Amino acid sequence: MRELREMKATWIIAALGVLFTFAAPSILELFTIITLAQVIGLAILALSLALVWGFGGILCFGQTAFFGVGAYAYVIAAVNFGGSTWAVLIAVLVAAAFAAILGYFVFYGRVSDVYLAVITLTVTLILFSLIRRTSGPEYKVGNALLGGFNGASAPPLNYPWDVSAFMFPEQVFYVAMIALILVYIFCSWLVRTHFGRVCVAIRENEDRAELLAYDTRLYKLGIFTIGAAIAGLGGIFFCIGVSRVTPDVFSLSQSALTIIWVIVGGRGTLIGPILATFALYYLTSTLGSQSVLNTNLVLGTILIIFVLGVPKGVVPAVSDWIQSRRGRKALRARERRLQRRRPSGGQNVGSTEGAE
Amino acid sequence: MKHKAHTVLETRGLSMHFGGVHAVDRVDFSLRENELRCLIGPNGAGKSTFFKCLTGQLNPTAGDVVIRDIHVTGREPHEVAGLGVGIKTQVPNVFDGLTAEENIWTAARRWHKAPRAQTLTSQIIERLRLGDIRSTLVGNMAHGQRQWVELGMVIVAEPWLVLLDEPTAGMTHEETARTSELIKEINQSATIIVVEHDMQFVRSISQHVTLFHEGAIMMEGTMDEISSDPRAREIYLGSQA
Ligand SMILES: Nc1ncnc2c1ncn2[C@@H]1O[C@H](COP(=O)(O)OP(=O)(O)OP(=O)(O)O)[C@@H](O)[C@H]1O
Ligand SMILES: [Mg+2]
Repeated sequence: MRELREMKATWIIAALGVLFTFAAPSILELFTIITLAQVIGLAILALSLALVWGFGGILCFGQTAFFGVGAYAYVIAAVNFGGSTWAVLIAVLVAAAFAAILGYFVFYGRVSDVYLAVITLTVTLILFSLIRRTSGPEYKVGNALLGGFNGASAPPLNYPWDVSAFMFPEQVFYVAMIALILVYIFCSWLVRTHFGRVCVAIRENEDRAELLAYDTRLYKLGIFTIGAAIAGLGGIFFCIGVSRVTPDVFSLSQSALTIIWVIVGGRGTLIGPILATFALYYLTSTLGSQSVLNTNLVLGTILIIFVLGVPKGVVPAVSDWIQSRRGRKALRARERRLQRRRPSGGQNVGSTEGAE
Repeated sequence: MKHKAHTVLETRGLSMHFGGVHAVDRVDFSLRENELRCLIGPNGAGKSTFFKCLTGQLNPTAGDVVIRDIHVTGREPHEVAGLGVGIKTQVPNVFDGLTAEENIWTAARRWHKAPRAQTLTSQIIERLRLGDIRSTLVGNMAHGQRQWVELGMVIVAEPWLVLLDEPTAGMTHEETARTSELIKEINQSATIIVVEHDMQFVRSISQHVTLFHEGAIMMEGTMDEISSDPRAREIYLGSQA
């Protein structure tokens, strides 16, 4: 497994994540920890789009469709089975299957990138308006009421070995954190595999990938489906964190927010969008508790600043900056060595400094 | 001894019309195994369109393409490439956001397991003298270098049929000479069609030349035969003057 050895940065970040998970109870208030479960769900959603868009080059404007489908499928399955373990698995599979069917028509129909963005967003908004109309006792799947625009309450997680032993909110936080860390490691591995590298190559130049005898439709469908499964998992933690699922998971503003997280965090990185989700969530909840500034105005401003000023996003910009500093340091060290060896040639070598 | 007479690529009545433009018009073409054929013709003669019909990038309006007894008309480009056909397009077609090494590795990995792909990639990088720029993003390279990377992607896959559309465009004199050597090397094990405008270059690599004009094959023969034909001279001198 060459890939696993190459993932040094991933392991460090994962270790920091684990450290944070264990330190959280002693540094954060219980209320914050309980809220964090839903933010982690959103971070998993952001991670899924980071994979599909950032690496697969598929601008899926409606990644939240799979997030919402995952959440609703979890609630329906958990209510009907009276337990969460199978419900989680089923919800992830339903989200993936939904994406596989949608993706089959889109990718095998050779729909262009722009239309793909429009189609996925439209699907999300259709789900939004459909599910809003399901109030009333006649709209139920098995025993689960859909609840229209009020939504339905989401059963909590239980321990896999005992359906009557429910987890406390802070325990849900642990499970969600572990899920986020594992999914992050998985994605980091995936983009380094042959499959992942071909997806990146397709992002760069689909025609070329095809002339190299890769069936690009299949690869795009693959990464799209995997991304949807991850988004579905995010939806599960989100609705458990809020203890409800409402049609708002399919709303336009949720779709837009997800895109913003990825733009701010940086396309082509996995950790960037995760961090951006936490940071922007913190920002919006702080702004929400005051009335001077309008939250959407601030978010819009941030988006504009990033698109114009830091188009690559925070994480790529920072890592570029570190690399250029390192490069300069190495250059200076080389110059010093050269100067020591040939003191007379010093001026010549020194002149490269200005070119930096 | 090789069976020189064996036909590996054939088109029958191949046509590609864009509205009223007959870019390729009823072309009957055939190529024998291990041939090194040059396609020449003035701008807009339909050479690139003809290539695209061979590779599945375009779906011909009429006619048939047969590669090693397989009808490939209307197939997807990856299916044609999957038969072992290597393609270099006229516009440099590379992965800009990846390094030279990653570009070539992606091509090699399609056919081989990871360690072998890595070995082949390193060999090609050495052979094409890309060592100094192996870790450079291809998007930051000069036109000529990008051409080399693309050639690397084509040959690392060890195709048996190679289609090269203007491989020397943007190359220096010295690079062009190296490309001509490289093409002769590949020809040891592969059948090749090269589209070129540089007559010097064509003369240096090919015995058999096909002249395209207005979407059709105007004549076939040696470079000497073609350049002594008054009609061919007129087309060429007319367009290159
Ligand atoms: N996609 C297209 N749509 C409409 N017309 C096209 C298209 N592609 C090519 N053509 C036309 O078909 C004709 C042949 O073009 P083609 O690119 O095959 O010529 P070529 O021989 O490769 O020329 P060059 O030497 O300049 O590369 C031209 O008249 C061109 O304008
Ligand atoms: Mg051309």
